[in-house]
Amino acid sequence: MSKANLLDRRQVVSTLLANRKDVVAIGGLGASTNDMCAAGDHARNFYLWGGMGGAAMIGLGLALAQPKLPVLVITGDGEMLMGMGSLATIGLQKPSNLSIVVLDNEAYGETGGQTSHTSAAADLVGVARACGIGDARAISTMAEVEAFAKVVHDISAGPRFANVKIDSASLEQILPVRDGTYIVNRIRGDLGFQPI
Amino acid sequence: MHARADAADTAPNWPDDIFATLQRFDVRQVPYLPDAGHSKLIQRVLASSTMRGIPLTTEEEGVALLAGAWTGGQRGVLLMQSSGVGNCINMLSMIPILRFPFLTLVTMRGEWGEFNPWQVPMGSTTQGVFELSGVQVLRASNAAEVPAVLEAAAAQAYNALTPTAVLLSQRLIGAKVFTK
Repeated sequence: MSKANLLDRRQVVSTLLANRKDVVAIGGLGASTNDMCAAGDHARNFYLWGGMGGAAMIGLGLALAQPKLPVLVITGDGEMLMGMGSLATIGLQKPSNLSIVVLDNEAYGETGGQTSHTSAAADLVGVARACGIGDARAISTMAEVEAFAKVVHDISAGPRFANVKIDSASLEQILPVRDGTYIVNRIRGDLGFQPI
Repeated sequence: MHARADAADTAPNWPDDIFATLQRFDVRQVPYLPDAGHSKLIQRVLASSTMRGIPLTTEEEGVALLAGAWTGGQRGVLLMQSSGVGNCINMLSMIPILRFPFLTLVTMRGEWGEFNPWQVPMGSTTQGVFELSGVQVLRASNAAEVPAVLEAAAAQAYNALTPTAVLLSQRLIGAKVFTK
């Protein structure tokens, strides 16, 4: 199944989050949320279990509310395709503290591996750039992932977008907590907000 | 041709009442879709130093945006038209799951004196769609009741985490007029 020289998704995500400091991270519906949990549960992890297509917009709302915090969305190609218009909205708002990473295996891994549009037609880096996100990168090596993990902390130069080609290996599912109210309130608590 | 007057001297005052209420409730993020009924309120938001108007490409983006805003400690309100409510249905499921304060102000089409039959199906089901999705619906049918309805809606949305939609009726806004 796997093509040669494609990156391992868990290694990519654990590298992105290894030295995360104050980063708030949002996972997309599907395997990317599991990958975030596999890299280690964290009070600032936002795990998405529904609302497909919404990850980047949750990131935008959070980034605008907390302009001094780096906000990192880690999602899949299928989830990003469903919310592609949000790249135009983000390109217009230009939140300098928001970074988006797409783990692109060119397939809908959760539902039987059906081919996604990125396999043949859709170039998400091109879309992001055309929507006004100046720093839009195609990533194919771990060195590039490591470099991106560093620039996520620069909250003055975003928004930025990275499309990482990953292999299509099916990995053991590591499921994060799925109580949405708990997830949100845990982040709010960590940011210093009291319950209502 | 669109004959509704949006000039400053004939524009209604109820959008100012809405703006004042949103300001009092410390609303900071205002995602919106372009809409004639909301045009004055959108202008007020875009001119505001405390609110950020955020134009969307589709209404569902606004639901997800408000979830992120709340997670980051800010309140928001989604401005849309009845035809846009249908675009939100799956994303509305986030509201009870994440239990964040959701307030939306919806200008109605497809009811009072509608000219365009294509607006009628979604206009007729807007309230039902919200109620089936767990969003309470309040309605303002004339300018005099706008302040009280907005106050009630904002209070229950932000203080009691009760997702609320305010339908601004077509009678309030005025039916869109097409002339040959």
